[in-house]
Amino acid sequence: MPVLTIVYASLFYAATAILVFGVGYKVYGYARTPAPLKIPTTPAPTTGTGVAFRMAREVLLFESLFKATKWTWIFGYLFHAALALVLLRHFRYFQEPVWLVIDLIQPFGMYAAFGMVAGLAGLWARRFLVDRVRYISTLSDHLMLALLLAIALSGLAMKYVAPTDIVGLKTFMLGLMAFELHPLPEDPFLMIHLALVASLMIIFPISKLLHAPGVFFSPSRNQIDNPREHRYVAPWAAKLEQK
Amino acid sequence: MAAPTFEVPKMKAVSEVPRVQKGAMAHTKSYVASAAIQQAIGFPGELVENWEAKAIEKMGDLLGKYRSFKVYLDTCVHCGACTDKCHYFLGTGDPINMPVARQDLVRNVYRRHFTFAGKYFPKLVGAKDLTREVLDQWYTYYNQCSECRRCSVFCPYGIDTAEITMGAKEILDSIGYGQKYTNEIIGKVQRIGNNLGLPGPALEDTLEGLEEDILADTGAAVRMPLNQKGAEVLLVTPSADFFSEPHVESLIGYAKVFHAAGISWTLSSHASEAGNFGLFIGNYETMRNIALRIREAALELGVKRIIVGECGHAWRVAYSFWNTLAGIGAGGNDPFSIELQQQLDPRYPAPQHICEFTHDLLKRGVITVDKSANDHRVITYHDSCNVARASRMGDMPGGQFVIPREIIKMVANNYHDMAADTIHESTFCCGGGGGLLTDDLMELRVKGALPRMEALNNVVQDHQVNFMATICAICKAQFSKVLPYYGFEMSMVGGIHQLVSTAIKLDAKQ
Repeated sequence: MPVLTIVYASLFYAATAILVFGVGYKVYGYARTPAPLKIPTTPAPTTGTGVAFRMAREVLLFESLFKATKWTWIFGYLFHAALALVLLRHFRYFQEPVWLVIDLIQPFGMYAAFGMVAGLAGLWARRFLVDRVRYISTLSDHLMLALLLAIALSGLAMKYVAPTDIVGLKTFMLGLMAFELHPLPEDPFLMIHLALVASLMIIFPISKLLHAPGVFFSPSRNQIDNPREHRYVAPWAAKLEQK
Repeated sequence: MAAPTFEVPKMKAVSEVPRVQKGAMAHTKSYVASAAIQQAIGFPGELVENWEAKAIEKMGDLLGKYRSFKVYLDTCVHCGACTDKCHYFLGTGDPINMPVARQDLVRNVYRRHFTFAGKYFPKLVGAKDLTREVLDQWYTYYNQCSECRRCSVFCPYGIDTAEITMGAKEILDSIGYGQKYTNEIIGKVQRIGNNLGLPGPALEDTLEGLEEDILADTGAAVRMPLNQKGAEVLLVTPSADFFSEPHVESLIGYAKVFHAAGISWTLSSHASEAGNFGLFIGNYETMRNIALRIREAALELGVKRIIVGECGHAWRVAYSFWNTLAGIGAGGNDPFSIELQQQLDPRYPAPQHICEFTHDLLKRGVITVDKSANDHRVITYHDSCNVARASRMGDMPGGQFVIPREIIKMVANNYHDMAADTIHESTFCCGGGGGLLTDDLMELRVKGALPRMEALNNVVQDHQVNFMATICAICKAQFSKVLPYYGFEMSMVGGIHQLVSTAIKLDAKQ
């Protein structure tokens, strides 16, 4: 088996393990840390269903960001929606037969990468053009955008510049999932694309990408507004009452 | 008003976001608490020797106790949505007054000590050690946050800078670096029962004096009972209501409402303070100890209902936290909660806001008014941050916006809202909340009031508004002081119950 195949196979097993266990560890940490006081940003829903709707609007529509700044919302939404489409489209390389829904979005998914690029370019431009955003931007903020942009561009290159052996890639990926090694097509854009994606997976649990799971644990968004009707006491706070 | 030693911002018809001006407020530092003040409330008197290690240890402790602190330090992506939302940034241009930059003061240290990336690649993610310089920056800029939560409305992850500020203040207090104003007041309420340090006999005198004033003004024998066992209602109100102008006008208003409705009530000298500055320093036990005084007073006096006067952060603590801290509320099934629940009348929410109370009486016609008595006033309403974004009134979300406005419209004829992006959940802080209502922060307070002053100025120009009603003791005190800097009369601000007081008919139910 070619060395590169072994290297990439190992890389993806490691990256997947780091992503799953890393994010799992962080989420476990969020979940086990108590929220001792009721702090929803009001007006807040007074029922659990209401909170589910609030969270859905936040996650699917970026409701709060929409209220805050339209430009960031446009670029941010464009990027995230395009990324979701692209991710779904990529399911076809990990399954046989391909689900109907994945087939149905294929025509849209093909162009979504351009949306990703446009969204990322807009978000990055803000980090230079808006003095406030320039002030708060760190090196890692820029590198994260560079990484995502490079992933999108290397993907596009395989589609429009130098098509890769997509059947060979799918065989490799299906093999990985069955713990069998099949040779990876040795194509430069593919090598770059996969290495960057693996990097992103590894960085995820130690970076600001934690905003994805984090939003679900945000007390200002996920709490029900009913403190007069229900009594909440965190375990560490309850001990104060026993004194 | 003494001539200011700083430039008062110019009001514009359309608010502008300022350019970033680095270090614009770096010189502003609130007075540090003395050893006596610190020790009186259980904190070290001065900066402890191994303060860096102790601060990191305290940070670790908070990360294990508060999900908000932990999640909010991890999730920020520096998107910039909050950067133009803080009134202190809008008024000063100091970039560290942008919520994200304020949070980053703590976040950078968190990253250095508690995250993989910050431990091994500090430069990459902006992680920093807690040096003396960083510590002083914490003190300077966390005492320039009024914990108003406006940023949390706009954050896509709901990150609430107030939670970070409270955490930072908690750490600073724990290593002996507290703020004089807030911690001195916490000492007073714990020792005497109210933030002003007004002892029981003085309170009694004040109330008797007010009863005489009302009698002289109206001819009605409106009572202001103190420590009256067996009263139906315990009223807990900010102590500023007892002597500050315009606060006292609202106290007179509450008394007239109880009088006209024929409902017996009492104040308590043991719990003569609705305010709870424990909130501002983020210390759970301090906040709990202050809240317990209200529970004790309620049990002692045997009241059936607990009603809270006009005070923003007090209503946040009462509405959102009293049930948790002191078992004042419903739904608890432990002996501690049940003891008080058995005494309180379950037909009414506990606690209840004075506006919920008066609103209900007005709607049912139990009290009646002569609206024309307020005809000399053209009124607008300033939503106080803690009422707007951290509590509720009535049964439906947003009741905290509807009920106060409905009261105003039921007792007065002339009402105009300020611009939509400056009211309700988007309301601007008065500039004096969160433990910043002190003269040593006057420059910050004046500049931080700019967004509210601009919105007010627009309704003054367009509708000849001459009265800004609000239901917060801090807002009232802050505006009384700051309005003249912008060329307005200090008497323009007042409480909703000041308006009720003007219009209410006292003989209706006699």
